[in-house]
Amino acid sequence: MAAAALREQLNALLASMFASGLVDEQFQQLQMLQDDGSTPGFVAEVVTLFCDDADRIISELAALLEQPVVDFDKVDAYVHQLKGSSASIGAQKVKFTCMQFRQLCQDKNRDGCIMALAVVRNEFYDLRNKFQTMLQLEQQIQAQQ
Amino acid sequence: MAVATETPFHVLAVDDSLPDRKLIERLLKTSSFQVTTVDSGSKALEFLGIHGEDSSPPVSVHEDQLEVAVNLIITDYCMPGMTGYDLLKKIKESTSLRDIPVVIMSSENIPSRINRCLEEGADEFFLKPVRLSDMSKLKPHILKSRCKEHYQQEQHQQSDSSSNECSNTTNSSSSSENSNSRKRKAEDNEEVLPQTNRSRHS
Repeated sequence: MAAAALREQLNALLASMFASGLVDEQFQQLQMLQDDGSTPGFVAEVVTLFCDDADRIISELAALLEQPVVDFDKVDAYVHQLKGSSASIGAQKVKFTCMQFRQLCQDKNRDGCIMALAVVRNEFYDLRNKFQTMLQLEQQIQAQQ
Repeated sequence: MAVATETPFHVLAVDDSLPDRKLIERLLKTSSFQVTTVDSGSKALEFLGIHGEDSSPPVSVHEDQLEVAVNLIITDYCMPGMTGYDLLKKIKESTSLRDIPVVIMSSENIPSRINRCLEEGADEFFLKPVRLSDMSKLKPHILKSRCKEHYQQEQHQQSDSSSNECSNTTNSSSSSENSNSRKRKAEDNEEVLPQTNRSRHS
């Protein structure tokens, strides 16, 4: 496919990610830092690190919430971590869900936490899919040049 | 005062989150800083040359022992084990490190936390996520501490030269004259440089 068509696809994808609130201006900061020219793979790197980190945290959360007695302090600590890294890369939806999740931890609401985890997981998977498409398109565009 | 512009300033960044470390590293490098990142407070202290952080008398490290000079430390607040606040305290307890400016980062906007850090000697507090515009706030702190350091070195040299007066004739007499006039200036300007160590000028 021609580079121009690929670029159009990429731009449309990014526009929808911003419009739907999936990512916010912090993600633009990341793009800006890459566009500065010296580190072409920066966004790919940070996004990948975030996804690996989030995956790990979500697994830990699932394990903690399966326990007969839930350690809400530990759960809260992990959610805080996920909230922090999602804010740093501009993953707005995930960040907002984490904020609600933390409230449920503080209320020691086990069922609420389990539901919040399900929401975070789905939002994260959706975001990850879009990131993967974004990176693939970027690679294809690069390959054309 | 000539400030070396060729060697970039070196920042030590401390954060337990890998994506955050990547981000702060890129932000700093884009702003022309040389960067070292570590993932914990204890690793930061190791890098800075302090060992056995649990011992009560703080180990004083001579600046020459630091292989690479660190001009500023930027640390996350919430870290497992040693928090950014704990790290800040250790740095301020060390006679050789206490003048290195420290910036604390946190994703939580808690006024009591911010005040506590500033009272303990933090030079700046950044709310996460950190952005490129925040980087421009770092250099003033580095330059300020360098001015202070340069002034303190001058004071030290003056007190050394005045004590060596007997052994070394011509050099010390002219320099002690200068140091006397600088002494007076320092005292006049007391309100500008409140950290003048009066006990040296006897």
